[in-house]
Amino acid sequence: MWAILVKEMIQMRRDRVTFAMILTIPIMQLIVFGYAINNDPKHLPTAVQIEDNSSISRTLLSALQNSEYFSFIETANGKTKSDDLIRQGKVSFILTIPAGFSERLIRGEHPQILLEADATDPVATANAIAKFQLIIEHALAQEFKGPLSYLASQESATEVIILPHYNPEGVTAFNIVPGLVGVILTMTMVMITSMAMTREVERGTMENLLAMPVRPYQVMIGKITPYILVGAVQTLIILIASHFLFAVPFIGSLWILSIGVGLFILANLALGFTFSTLAKTQMQAMQLTIFFFLPSILLSGFMFPFHGMPEWAQVIGEGLPLTHFLRIIRGVMLKDTDFNDLAPEFMAIAIFLVVVGTLAIKRYRQTLD
Amino acid sequence: MTELAIDVQQLVKRFDKKLAVDHVDLQMPRGKVWGFLGPNGSGKTTTIRMICGLLEPSEGKGYCLGYDIQSEQAAIKLATGYMTQKFSFWEDLSIRENLEFVARLYHLKDAKNLVSKTLDSLGLASRQQQLAGTLSGGWKQRLALAAVTMHNPQLLLLDEPTAGVDPQARREFWDQIHLLASQGMTILVSTHYMDEAERCDHIVYLADGKIITQGTVQQIILESGLVTYRSNAENIRELAPLLRQQETVEHAAYFGAALHVSGPDKTALYNTIKRVAPDINWLEVETTLEDTFIALTKRAGLNKEHL
Repeated sequence: MWAILVKEMIQMRRDRVTFAMILTIPIMQLIVFGYAINNDPKHLPTAVQIEDNSSISRTLLSALQNSEYFSFIETANGKTKSDDLIRQGKVSFILTIPAGFSERLIRGEHPQILLEADATDPVATANAIAKFQLIIEHALAQEFKGPLSYLASQESATEVIILPHYNPEGVTAFNIVPGLVGVILTMTMVMITSMAMTREVERGTMENLLAMPVRPYQVMIGKITPYILVGAVQTLIILIASHFLFAVPFIGSLWILSIGVGLFILANLALGFTFSTLAKTQMQAMQLTIFFFLPSILLSGFMFPFHGMPEWAQVIGEGLPLTHFLRIIRGVMLKDTDFNDLAPEFMAIAIFLVVVGTLAIKRYRQTLD
Repeated sequence: MTELAIDVQQLVKRFDKKLAVDHVDLQMPRGKVWGFLGPNGSGKTTTIRMICGLLEPSEGKGYCLGYDIQSEQAAIKLATGYMTQKFSFWEDLSIRENLEFVARLYHLKDAKNLVSKTLDSLGLASRQQQLAGTLSGGWKQRLALAAVTMHNPQLLLLDEPTAGVDPQARREFWDQIHLLASQGMTILVSTHYMDEAERCDHIVYLADGKIITQGTVQQIILESGLVTYRSNAENIRELAPLLRQQETVEHAAYFGAALHVSGPDKTALYNTIKRVAPDINWLEVETTLEDTFIALTKRAGLNKEHL
């Protein structure tokens, strides 16, 4: 037993790359994820539609802002505009304080205050929604002093209305299942291609391939095309399951989603191919895949609310194709977001594809040097 | 068309600081079978890889079939066939699938028919559906040779093609090589086996990255100037270490149960063996290629671990 232990230690020490990865990656991830992941997302982008210009309204706004749950980034006016903002994914909430709110409040008529929420990700908005009424009541309690003290005795001075859009029942599966398409595609596509080339090297067939008249781009296209099909079949299976097993709605255009899926598969395949030019063994290729996969699920908004992360983590997240694909698939399936609104997401994945694809071809060596 | 199949000058290859190939000049005419000989690590594989465009030379220049080995690798790959040292076809593809893959890569016309013909001529037709990985060493070599010759290359580079193959399969493999040569193919083959080297028109002997000597088998043996005595005596094993220490003995090596003792000076050698082993019968024999190579390797200043 001792002999085997010693031999394993020697081999582990010799494979420096693997050894370094085993030690450094978990530490890096511990730090990144430890600070980035937050299940109590704050600073959620909110649009305000204020039709009542009064000191009470202003008090309510500043109370909401101070709570840190809401971050007012837009001013909405009119129903159409506000709907757009949620559908495009620009804001998570729209707060409406209707005209005459403060007058009706003073008259004790329990005026309504409206919070519309993007409920596609129920987890992301749940805490903010839960705290909303409390914040409003606290803020009003501060106002109900002096001449308005008679209002303080009332149970509830306002009627808070929460209107969850797109997923009113807050079914988590509606958010998770479309996201799974992206997660499963990321995992399988990157892994399969990253192993495909290192396998040739490990088995010694690479030398043979290099000795034959074939160009790098031909190898790359030839290697990844079969997997585009595999990815398409996977997507189809998950979509069918999402309809029949989880009853996830699909209200948008299948056509837009297809472009998104195709682009996303290509981006992941190109990345896998790049990994295979970096890794010397299949083991290393596997580690690189996991190294990429973890931030993809943790920082993309799949598992944890994107807006809940600190800004630097959101910047990393924006660099991951999964982040953009999640916006596309959730947008199309749950909100019928149109192509124009999703254009920035398509563009982001396309840029990733071009950069990584170029890198892959540049890194692919035509000689054994 | 250039006269020379291979024409390289002052070829050097360094891996980090290690000098693998040290200023090699090689001019090989078309239509010949040339042998690359040398101990392990002598630079045979590296030189072949540079010739077929798989490695970039650190220094020097060269042409393979008239194409520059540093800038026209694509043309070289089309016109040559290269068989690697280790079996490097796809073990999870069948014999036919492997050949069809290669045929498509070279854009060969009527690939299916061509593959069928190739299978027939190599005697692999009955096993075409078998996975390449399940073949024995000898059959794997046949498959590899079939695959690298299907596009009818002008030059065939074979890197230790018969390593680990049984004698019968080796013999058949060489018959195939001679058949290809008779059809006009130029062949450069590296090997460890003396009997294989003797089948070549011309031998290039490499040691430590340098060409030590080259020529026909007879030329090389003659040029070495070695005289060899042989003995079958029973107690010869006890005397071998002592003989090796003698100045006039260049090498003393076993050939089966017999001991060959070689040296450059016939009289001095005879006197030495008679002095060290007076009671033993010695017979002067023709110096073999193997005797020559053992002596050459020693002269090249290589220690025994290279052998």
